[in-house]
Formats: sequence, C-alpha cells, structure tokens
Amino acid sequence: MSRVLAEDLARAGVPRRWAGLDRALPVWASVLLALVFLMALPIGWLVWMSVGGAAGVTPRHYLAVLHDPALMKALWNTVVLAFWAGLASIAVGAPLAWLTARTDLPGKGLIRSLVLASFVTPPFLGAFAWVMLAGPNAGLLNVLWRDVTGAADPLVNIFTMPGLVFVVTIYTFPYVYIMVANTLALIASDLEEAAAILGAGRLAIARTVTLPMVLPALVSGFILAVLQALALFGSPAILALPAGFHTITTQIWALFQYPPKVEMAAAVSMPLLLATALLLLVQKRLLGRRGYAAVGGKGGQRRPIPLGAWRYPALLGALVVMACAIFLPYGVLAKAAFARAWAQPLTWSNVTLGNVTFTFFEYGATQAAVLNTLELGVATATIGAVLVALLSYVTSRRLILGHQLVAFLALAPIVIPGVVLAVALFIAYTRPPFVLYGTLAILFVAYLTKEMPVGYAQSEATFRTIPPELEDAGRILGAGRLRILRDVTAPLARSGIIAAWCFIFIGVIRELSASIILFTPNTKVMSVVIFDLKEEGHFGAIAVLGIAMLLLTFATVALVQRVLGRDVLGVRE
Amino acid sequence: MRLTVLRIAAALVGLALAGPVYAQDPRLDAAKKEGKVVWYTSLALPSAEKVAKLFETAYPGIKVEVHRTGSERILSRVMQELQAGIKNADIVHTSDAGHFVLLKNKNLLLKYTPAGVDGFPAGFKDKDGYYFGLRATVNVIAYNTKAVSAADAPKTWKDLLDPKWKGKMVTAHPGYSGVIATHVLALVNQYGWDYFKQLAQNRLMLVQSAVDPSGVVASGERAVAVDGGEYTFYQTKKKGNPLEIVYPKEGVPLVVSPTAIMSFTARPNAAKLFTDFTFSREIQQVMADSEGLYTGHPEVKYPTDKPKLSDLKLLTVDPEELEKRNEEIKKRFVEFFGA
Repeated sequence: MSRVLAEDLARAGVPRRWAGLDRALPVWASVLLALVFLMALPIGWLVWMSVGGAAGVTPRHYLAVLHDPALMKALWNTVVLAFWAGLASIAVGAPLAWLTARTDLPGKGLIRSLVLASFVTPPFLGAFAWVMLAGPNAGLLNVLWRDVTGAADPLVNIFTMPGLVFVVTIYTFPYVYIMVANTLALIASDLEEAAAILGAGRLAIARTVTLPMVLPALVSGFILAVLQALALFGSPAILALPAGFHTITTQIWALFQYPPKVEMAAAVSMPLLLATALLLLVQKRLLGRRGYAAVGGKGGQRRPIPLGAWRYPALLGALVVMACAIFLPYGVLAKAAFARAWAQPLTWSNVTLGNVTFTFFEYGATQAAVLNTLELGVATATIGAVLVALLSYVTSRRLILGHQLVAFLALAPIVIPGVVLAVALFIAYTRPPFVLYGTLAILFVAYLTKEMPVGYAQSEATFRTIPPELEDAGRILGAGRLRILRDVTAPLARSGIIAAWCFIFIGVIRELSASIILFTPNTKVMSVVIFDLKEEGHFGAIAVLGIAMLLLTFATVALVQRVLGRDVLGVRE
Repeated sequence: MRLTVLRIAAALVGLALAGPVYAQDPRLDAAKKEGKVVWYTSLALPSAEKVAKLFETAYPGIKVEVHRTGSERILSRVMQELQAGIKNADIVHTSDAGHFVLLKNKNLLLKYTPAGVDGFPAGFKDKDGYYFGLRATVNVIAYNTKAVSAADAPKTWKDLLDPKWKGKMVTAHPGYSGVIATHVLALVNQYGWDYFKQLAQNRLMLVQSAVDPSGVVASGERAVAVDGGEYTFYQTKKKGNPLEIVYPKEGVPLVVSPTAIMSFTARPNAAKLFTDFTFSREIQQVMADSEGLYTGHPEVKYPTDKPKLSDLKLLTVDPEELEKRNEEIKKRFVEFFGA
C-alpha cells in the first residue's frame, strides 16, 4: 500500500523524500518509548523484586507465600469471589440483555440507562451503601424485615462471602450485559422464526438456537466479570475485612503496613497477574473464532419477541435488579448525606446540612482532594486521549513496522490489576533515577497506564470507521502526515476522541485500588478520602463525597452521550 | 452540641485575652515566614480539625495541615516517605507510644520540651526529652442500651468471652489504631494471648479505627464494643445515642498519646509554636471538655459525668515493650481474628 502510494507520488512529481522519510517518525518513536516506560519499567521491577535477594535470584518470597496459610486463604477467597461473581453476573446480565435486545419488554430504554448507571457507579460506593442497607443488625432492610416479621435473625448479612459476591455482581453484570446485548442485536430473527415455524416452543428456541449463537459472548462476558472481581479492592475492604477475611487485593495492601513487606507483595501479585493474562488469552481466542456466520449484523430483520403475559413480571424482575444496584444504594446514600444518624428515621430533628459543611469546609483534606482528582482526571484524560489517538492511528493505518506490537502494548495494561500496578509503580518510582512517589506524577502514571486499554479500544474503533482515502488525497496534495492528522483526520475523529477522553476521565475519578497504595497526604484523591473516612466511620461525609463523585461521573456520561449521539453501552457495528 | 460551641467560644475568648502573650513570642515572625505546620495526627478527625482551627485563629498567617489517619498508618506513611526522601511531616502524634521509641532510636525526633509540661505526671514524659503525652484515654467496654440491659451487660474483660455474645460484638484493629495496639498488649500482659484466642471464638465484627466501635454500637449494628477509646464513647453518648460505658474493675488499659517534632522539619518555629499551643491549659481544657479526653495537665478540670483518671485502676504498658512487640501484636491478632 505505502509502496504503491510512493510510486504514485513519484509519478505525480512529488519529491521522494515525502514518502521515503516520514517526518512523523519521531512522534511514533516517542509514543512507543512512552509505552515501554509506563509498562516495562514497573513490571520489570515487580518481577525482579519478587525473585530478588541479597545473593541474586531466589524463590524465597514465593516459598514464603506458599507456606503462609493466611496468604493462601486470601488467594482462595479471591478465586471463590471471582468465580461466583462471574456466574452471578451471567445469571443477571444475560436475561436482562435478552429482554432489552430482543423482546417487547416495556421501558427498555429506562432499563438500559439504569444498566449504564450501574456500569459507571464506583463499586466501593455501592459496597458502602449496602453496609447501611444490609448490615445484619442496623441495616435498614434488616430492621424493616424484623419489624414486619418479628424475626430475630437478619434477612441478609452483607458481611459474608455471599454478601460480597452479591455486591460485586450488581456492579459487574453490565460487562456480561454489554457483550450479550451487542451480540443479540446483530443476530437476525430468521433462524429463530424458522424454528418456531417448525413447531419449537419459546424455551426450545432459546436453548437450541439463540443460546449457541451468544455462547462466545456469554463466556467472554463471564471472563470480563471474573477479571473485574479479581481486581477489586474497595468492596472486599469494606465487606470482607469486617467479617475477618482477606482477598488477595486487601492482603497485598496490608503487606504495606510498617514494616512493609514489598517483596512478599510482589510475589503475591504474580498469581493475580498471571491469572488475568491467562483469562484474557482465553477470551481473545473465543472472540477470534469467526465461525458464526449468523452473527453478521447484515440482512435479516430483528423482530421483537412478544412476551405476552410475561411482559410485566419480566419488567418487575428487571426493576428488582436495578433496585439493588441503583435505587436502594443511591437512596440510602442520599439519606446518610443529610442525616445526623443514618440508622435513625429521617425526621426533621434528624435532618442536617452538617455533613455537607463538614465535608467541604471543615475537613481540610476534602478541597485539596477534589482539586487533585479533577487535575489528575483532566491531565490523564487529555494526555491519554492524545496518546491513544496517536497509537490507534499508527496501528489502524499500519504506519510503522511492528504496529501489532504497539497495539499489543497499548492493550497490555488490562492484565494488570490496579493494586499490582501500584505495587510495581511503588517499587519503580520510590528509588533513583525516577523518584515520583509523593507527587501527583506517580498517580498520573498509574492512571494513564491503567486507563490506556479502554481509551485505546475506543479510539481504535473510531479510526477504523474513517476511510483512509481522504488522507491519501491530502498526501497527494503534498501535506505531511502531521498536517493531515491535524486538518483531515482529527476533525473526523473528534467525537470518538472526546468519548475516549470521557472514558478515561470517568475511570480516573473513581480509581481506588492503585491510589490507596500510591497516595501521600498531599496527593490524596477523592476515593482515598472516602476510604479514609470509612475507616473512622464517618458515614455522612462519605455519602456527601460519594454523591459528589456520582454527579461528576453522570455529567461526564451525559457529555459522551451527547457527543456520540448514542448511549455509551454501544452496539458493535 | 450547643454546649460544645459555647465551650469553644469560651476557649477562644480565653485565647483572645491571652493573645498579647502569644503575640510577643520571638519565634512568631520566623514561624509566619514558614507559613504552615504539617501535623500527622491520629486524634479523631473532628477533634483534630477543631484544634487546628483554634491555632489558626490564635496565630493568623500560620496554617495547620491536618493529616489524620490511624496511628499505625501514620508510622507506615512516615517511614515510606523517608524511604523516598520525602520530608513532609513536621509533627507526628500517634497513640502508639512504641512509635516514638522507634523514631527516637532512628534519630528522627527533635529534642524539644513544650512549654508548661513540668507539672505533667511522669507517664506523660520521655525521660530523654524527645516526646510528651498530649492526651490520654482508656480502653473500655461499651454497649447499646436498647439491645442490652444494664443487668445483662458485661462487667469485666473476661465476661466478653461468654458465648452468649457470639456475633454481637465489635473490635477495632491494632494494625490501624495505636489505642488498640496498646490495649491488646495491656490485656496480653494481664491474661496472655489465650484471652484473644477465646475472644475471637465469638466471631467479632472488625473495624479499623478506635473511633469506629462507638458508631457501630450507637447504630445498633453490634450490641457490645470490646475496646475503643473511651472519649469517643463519651462523645457519642453525650450526643444522645443509646450507649453506656463500662469501666472494668480489673483495670482499664491507659493509652497516652505522645507528640514529637521531626528532626528533619523545615518549619521548626511553627512546629514549636503549635506544640506549645497544644500543651497550653486552654487547649488541654478543650480536649477534656468537648472531646472527653484525659490530659496530663494538672490544672485541667474534667466533666463531672465521667470518672477521673485517679478513680480508675489503670493498666499501663511500657513504650519500649510496645515497640518491640509491635509486629507480634498485629500478626497474632490477624491470626486469631482472620483479617
């Protein structure tokens, strides 16, 4: 392609140097260098720390992990949590996806919006809200349950493994939902109708026709959900620690207590890193299979399946799920924000603005943290959006040798859970030559690395929709790559790049698992302040900050929807 | 609440009257140039913010940066920062006296005797003159009066081992709180680790800060707190929550929370001014009145609705021992309680 172009240009009388020596090359080279810097240095240090000893390489730290029953228990708890959260996400996400994508369920748009809301809700806020809802004794649902039934035992105890699985699931099922809904939207109704004509019942059709076609999406969604559950820090810290058990993320964090055992933290990080990489590999294999000609998105009509008498029961079911994920938690947060005592009824004497004034005006850490969060959010999103735009431009136009490697590196951070990334960055940047610990820069590096895959995926999809012919035309007219990028491609890609900006921004303002290890008192962010307040039991202030965080998130989501002209959950096209 | 406001107002008036004395301090100009003082403190958040505001009112132009977290987290933070060459903290104040032994041995403390500590009891003073007890509290049992009658309530530490409390109790964490680390060592010295092994059989809810059990019990989430700073229970009770405090007869672990200036401080004048301020009679009185803390200041008057320190049998621990057994305390606690 480029050789042909060069020959064309030569024939057109354009000097050869335009085609031969691309002036943009330094840009690509530095982008690539940044990638190596963000990824290779920290992960290299992490691996070295896990095997390094006074006398060279040693398996000592791994053996210590293996022989520590507490660490092994934490690993096992993580496996249990991730597996069940994955399965439960399918049980919730798949039916919801089917209902909104393929049936005549009333209020489909509303349900979709609510799934989106659950998708962007910081999981640790949800976990915190569920402490107030389903703490075994003071939890509002349990109080209600006892009042109504007179029972002595609580209805639910959120401080248990099933409780943790539940809370993780209600904010993780959107991953399954997105995968399945987007696949279903691409399947024509023909096959299902053929089966119906041949006399198959609705269930038989679902089992023998629809299910096999969405199976890859289901498994893929399951893996994404498992990955989310593996990497979570906030929810287990809020729900598992009070119940007296660790998951691997909280355990890694605990290893940072004085005297810190960074080598152990590095060694425990490795299984988590490998498990994530393995699961993603499986997912890639699954999605890479192109054996489903029926999932084409072309031709055929998609007629909604009538639910008949089940319309309203199905809607009720969907609303119950959304009540658990959105209505109840948001409601109790709002109550806590304006109540003196969250567990007491909201009478006039219990209403106060004191939490708001305390949070924003009396508690010195808040204002700085809000500023830090916004600063980091804007900086990471802006630089990140430019970076992923350049990267995806390079890879989608195959501009340099090894563009596949660039694509791989840009997506690679997705295998690194936030806590593990933080451990790696902590090791890499608390020592010369790069001492970034104690500055916002280390958080910036963490966020940029962590959010790059999401931004890259969004940006790459954008460039794929822009045909290269326009750029070629510009080149024929003599413009350099950078000028074309600025004058031709960028305007076309604008909305996609703004969307990438927003995705990164949303990811940054809710980030907790890496921040909790990397922050210092002067570089606190909102999520860390919320976690701090939680440890001292300041429910009202947490609720106020949490609501502020939600408002910021939803404002950003609204911006994306406006820019993209569709909802964020997207349909693969 | 109203009462608290009045007391603070009174304290402020007191400070204003004392103003000229402060204003004449020769260190004031230097301190103003330094502009601020960075305070790593484990004092409960609203209390710490209150003390900071009072200082800023008394010394306009010098800001107090409050960084509040648990004692054990403060130590981790200071040491991690030093490893990266960050010298941020001017004053460190935690409830784990062992920390100050450690910091002193590492030459990280500035030798400074705050004004007015001469009359303090010996337990509030480092013999080498590096750190001094800013405040004190005791660990107590507390229960929710709606859930437990006074007759049924636990009276002694050993009463908490009764299986009837299974699933009904809450403890704070020695891996976070210095108040609790001190408490655990005091009871281990009294009853051995076996006490905590048995206590863990009752499946306690684990929270982090020694401030938090009061909230958990007040909300009714758990009926009984097996430890926690007495001052937080006192404050919670004063706010009208259904909560009663039990001072076990066998003795209550005394927690003296020292404060010290870091040797590497870039703001020594502001740090010294602030330290003197916190040891002044007015501020020590504020801590006793509105926070319900004990102090070492001989002239401080205490609320009449709580026992005096001298009325209680106190279990004390040696800071040196606390420092030496710090890791053991955290490790065994996690071993028994799970996290």
